[in-house]
Amino acid sequence: MNNNLFTYCLRLGDNGLILSHRIAEYCSAGPQLEEDLAITNVGLDLLGQAESFLKYAADIKGGGTTEDDLAFKRKEKEYLCVHLTEIPNIDYAYIMARQFLMDVYNYYLFQKLTASKDTVIAGISAKAIKEITYHLSRSADWIVRLGQGTDESHLRIQTAFNDLWMFTDELFETDEIEKDLANKGIGVDSSSLKEDWKNKTKEIFSQAGLQTPTIEKHSLAYGKFGSHTEYLGFLLAEMQHIPLLYPDAKW
Amino acid sequence: MSKDNQGDLWEVFIQPKAGRPHKHVGSLHAYDKEMAMKSARDLYTRRQEGVGIWIVKAEEIISSQAADAESFFDPADDKIYRHPTFYELPDGIKHI
Repeated sequence: MNNNLFTYCLRLGDNGLILSHRIAEYCSAGPQLEEDLAITNVGLDLLGQAESFLKYAADIKGGGTTEDDLAFKRKEKEYLCVHLTEIPNIDYAYIMARQFLMDVYNYYLFQKLTASKDTVIAGISAKAIKEITYHLSRSADWIVRLGQGTDESHLRIQTAFNDLWMFTDELFETDEIEKDLANKGIGVDSSSLKEDWKNKTKEIFSQAGLQTPTIEKHSLAYGKFGSHTEYLGFLLAEMQHIPLLYPDAKW
Repeated sequence: MSKDNQGDLWEVFIQPKAGRPHKHVGSLHAYDKEMAMKSARDLYTRRQEGVGIWIVKAEEIISSQAADAESFFDPADDKIYRHPTFYELPDGIKHI
């Protein structure tokens, strides 16, 4: 089994899986019907991407493992999503700020992954980049409108970014696994995405009239290496409880 | 602007295939045309309904009035000769 590739696919899959679950929690609670459906669409796209990566990871692991086993039957420390995806839905400003920060990251990451020498990763990414391009366009539109809207909307979106900013340094953390896969032309070294990410967020913040917060390292242990925020355990308890109660259920 | 303002009402038209006419499918609320277009895409094309979208602000549509129905539409009732049903269609003509 290729351990590095397995871990890398879990990271890619878990980011989509956990963020999509956060979005799913919000289904039916959007500020208006149009927005409720639109954000749920984004969640479904992310879930589809997660399913593809977890299926690939399950194939690599072998022994009859399925993508559902990986999605629902792992322990907390075996999930490898970044902290930013775990943050609860505090209000719509936080939801859109979290989404925008992940969309910019995913946009540059998946652009590079479409050129992966691993044909499965390249294939999943070629489909995903179309979805992500739309996600980014949509969330950027909302950031500009909330930033340029009323005093209240400006304050709330700026507050959300101020609070979430500390979670963005993790996005560019790298390790031997990533470096190995990047050297082989299969994966991407996350630190290589930082410049593009900074420029894009700066561009949209300038259109929105928002201040870029300063990055402070918030943690010595990161989600992508298996250490999570206090929020993930509760999310998993809810997400996993049906498969745990009915392990052989089919639907 | 009232607190529960959801923006203007827009009417949405979807083109099912290239070359086919856009058809009215419904409406939505949005604050501006860019967001109206994105909402139209999210609401009305998520099941592959189309390849093109038109949106029009509902207030820009000029509509006939129900009160005018008699003078507008009834005079056509007894003019059956305006229907092209007396022509023989050549073989191979589609969409009629």
